[in-house]
Amino acid sequence: MQYETVIGLEVHAHLLTRTKIFCGCSTAFGAPPNSQVCPVCLGLPGALPVLNRLAVDYAIKAALALGCEVQRESIFARKNYFYPDLPKGYQISQYEQPLALRGSIDLDVDGAVRRVGITRVHMEEDAGKSLHEGFLDSARRSYIDLNRSGVPLIEIVSEPDMRSAAEAAEYFSRIKALLVWIGVNDGNMEEGSLRCDANVSVRPVGQTTLGTKAEVKNVNSFRYLEKALEFEIARQIEIVSQGGRVVQETRLWDSSTGRTQSMRSKEEAHDYRYFPEPDLPPLVVDAARVEAVQQTLPELPEARRARFVSAYGLPAYDAGVLTQSSEVAGYFEAAVAASGNAKAASNWIMGDVLRRTKEHDVAVSAFPISPESLGGLVRLIDKGTISSAMAKDVFAQMFESGRSADAIVAAEGLAQIGDAGALASIVAEVMAANVDAVAQYRAGKQQTFGFLVGQVMKASKGKANPQLANQVLRDALAEGAGQ
Amino acid sequence: MSTLPHTARAIRDAVAAGEVTAVEVCQAHLDRVVATNPSLNAFNTVCAERALAAAAAVDARRAAGDVLGPLAGVPVAIKDNLCTNGLRTTASSKILDTFVPPYDATVTARLEAAGAIVVGKTNCDEFAMGSSNENSAFGPVKNPWALDRTPGGSSGGSAAAVAAGCAPIALGSDTGGSIRQPASFCGIVGLKPTYGRVSRYGLLAFASSLDQVGPMTRTAADAALTMNVIAGYDRADATSSASAVPDFTAALTGDVKGLRVGVPRAFVSNGVDAPVLEAFDRAIATLKDAGATVVDVELPNAPSGIPVYYLVCTAEASSNLARYDAVRYGHRTTLAPGDTLQTMYERSRDEGFGPEVKRRIMLGTYVLSAGYYDAYYLKAQQVRTLLRRDYDEAFRSVDVVAMPTSPTPPFTLGEKTDDPLQMYLTDIFTVSANLVGLPAISIPCGFDAHRLPIGLQLTGRMFDEATLLRAADAYERATQWPTLASV
Repeated sequence: MQYETVIGLEVHAHLLTRTKIFCGCSTAFGAPPNSQVCPVCLGLPGALPVLNRLAVDYAIKAALALGCEVQRESIFARKNYFYPDLPKGYQISQYEQPLALRGSIDLDVDGAVRRVGITRVHMEEDAGKSLHEGFLDSARRSYIDLNRSGVPLIEIVSEPDMRSAAEAAEYFSRIKALLVWIGVNDGNMEEGSLRCDANVSVRPVGQTTLGTKAEVKNVNSFRYLEKALEFEIARQIEIVSQGGRVVQETRLWDSSTGRTQSMRSKEEAHDYRYFPEPDLPPLVVDAARVEAVQQTLPELPEARRARFVSAYGLPAYDAGVLTQSSEVAGYFEAAVAASGNAKAASNWIMGDVLRRTKEHDVAVSAFPISPESLGGLVRLIDKGTISSAMAKDVFAQMFESGRSADAIVAAEGLAQIGDAGALASIVAEVMAANVDAVAQYRAGKQQTFGFLVGQVMKASKGKANPQLANQVLRDALAEGAGQ
Repeated sequence: MSTLPHTARAIRDAVAAGEVTAVEVCQAHLDRVVATNPSLNAFNTVCAERALAAAAAVDARRAAGDVLGPLAGVPVAIKDNLCTNGLRTTASSKILDTFVPPYDATVTARLEAAGAIVVGKTNCDEFAMGSSNENSAFGPVKNPWALDRTPGGSSGGSAAAVAAGCAPIALGSDTGGSIRQPASFCGIVGLKPTYGRVSRYGLLAFASSLDQVGPMTRTAADAALTMNVIAGYDRADATSSASAVPDFTAALTGDVKGLRVGVPRAFVSNGVDAPVLEAFDRAIATLKDAGATVVDVELPNAPSGIPVYYLVCTAEASSNLARYDAVRYGHRTTLAPGDTLQTMYERSRDEGFGPEVKRRIMLGTYVLSAGYYDAYYLKAQQVRTLLRRDYDEAFRSVDVVAMPTSPTPPFTLGEKTDDPLQMYLTDIFTVSANLVGLPAISIPCGFDAHRLPIGLQLTGRMFDEATLLRAADAYERATQWPTLASV
């Protein structure tokens, strides 16, 4: 029997506010443990939460970018459970009335567009971190770092619209790119800024009802997400195909074993006893506020991709590569403005620029060659001042020195010899020095033409314009043939 | 004591005029605390040194010619569920018996900024859960008018402290009557402000949607003076209101002519002790004599107040008290090798919480559980809305609603401790103000045959504490009931 996989994802993303969601403590990563805390995020007796306005604006921004409808009124709720890194014994989240509903994001699956529905986007606070390793007495006790307690999060819940591990990874990747693109998340998965849980089930192809799902937790990289899902899908198909039943449970991905394992069953599942948070009034977001946030939203990747095709005549592939991040897209547009040649700018960026950013682990925004400078290089090629081959060397020098193409070409005397008179004398010298080859050519041995062109290029130290050199040599050889 | 002024206003004026020093006033009140506490047990913590230093600072400011605050030199007692920076705050619970907060509740900070002198932290029912002060980990408080009686609860220590002359002002907190009922039992004034009028920041939460901090004093004027200092928006409390705060002392005109007083006769006739009902009727007659109009009103949903209250407050409490988990602060059980995290939670909380707190946590956990939420919590919220409509309707024709504060005079210690339900029913007249958010005040309206105090409760419109204080002050001028017990 053939099985179909059904996957929905819950993505948790930190919002890039400088302060926490319910207090004024810093959200900076990497500070000494428990150095960014106060009565509110420590859950001291009597402390009360006050909602960070900017966090709400960022959450709205994300919701709009995901095509969601921002709700006029949303309600914070308490999710009650005991855990040492959860200081209040409850997490302030949103439950029955989230911030935003009903959005979608388009994936490119084997060249076709697949639309994945977004069920909801809601706001919540992060918990602290339990540290079970790395201390002399870690065998006996655990430590808690509450710097992360109260860092603002959005949770993005998808519809069960994905059909493979690869699609899920693509979805997660698109979400990450989008959140980074609009400036609400730094995309740093090593630091936990972006995390993901997956709901997975399988069913026989053709069946419309959903199979029993397992929730896979702790999959915090694209690679692990794909691996964990592939393992889980295979595990479930194995069970079902042998006539067994999948148990509804929460499973934890263990990257060291490459397996998911049961964490708690449905019976052991927490009853979170959600109820409206009495310390916070309902969050009211009026149309004017949504509009104001909408104004701050940059052109989104899809729109920009489409515009790169229509306005610059780029192939769809180029447009896709150039809109992988807003930095790359911005770099491209600045380079086009400076060069007037979109396809050439695209080729340089997709090739040399992106390759070097990877090789040298440098951000596009910090790339030593500015887009204006790259534009200058493209212009020199288009004017015929330097050859494409030579431009590669100039680019390398620009990268090393940060100088402009013009400056390098002038300083090194790299401009092509594009003057027929100047070339004629070089050609004459070459013909005089290679009398035999000239005779052979004139006797009909066409292959020697290439040799003679090579000699001309060599004599010009590579600066001869190749097309022009061809033309002048051919004319000179033809001229002498009748004598 | 006898040579010194007794009310906050008189103390403030005398200190400002240089008739007494703040240190003299402070020392006299500390002496009174020391003299009465062995019999009353009203204070969990007395901070004599800190208080005298603060009083000396007031005297120094006066000597330097600096502007003095509106409560400069006035001793205040703070209920032990309000955070005081550097001063032990326990909520009368073993789980916090060594907890010293690193920050001040907004109300204590505002009082101290106004020049008030904190003399100590008052005993109360554990986490403010109780109506008799018998649920304190530090033992019950005694009623200064009759030591075999309860002072009421949960702010029993604050009420006893004020009635015994330990301080002219005490702060209490009121979730279902915890300011008003002990004020009634101890023969003083107790005001529960409108929900949102006074910041809850730094108040150890019992039931967040019901809790409110308020003054307990011997005169309506002192309650007004305290409200001028503690009321008003606080950015640290998202549920605090930005409504303008009037000068409450300016409302004390002594005039109630034309004031429309509503009496829910059907509601107050049921299950009320005869002496209480007689005192209530006399009080209504007094207001009428002073020019008020008495109007019959109906509060058809008021009898549902107790069940609704105990669903809402236990649900919220079960969540609010989850933070006492022995991880960061508070009592932690002695752990042996092999004990798990679960053991630490269970045993620490079992050892740290008293029986009534445990009872309410369990009830509240049940109320919020999957499958029961709609039937209990949601239904209770719906009845709350109906109750709000009752009051909205009543306030179309009256300015205040009058009821007894408690159906009985102070009862005997131990009388109801074995019967939680009977204990809960003593809150019948007070819980609805919390459920709706309305301001309500209890004022002394006489004594029964055993010279036990009886209180009159007036409930007002949202944010209309001024009218309550005006009526209370006018009634007080007309009756002059004694408010100082001789312990």
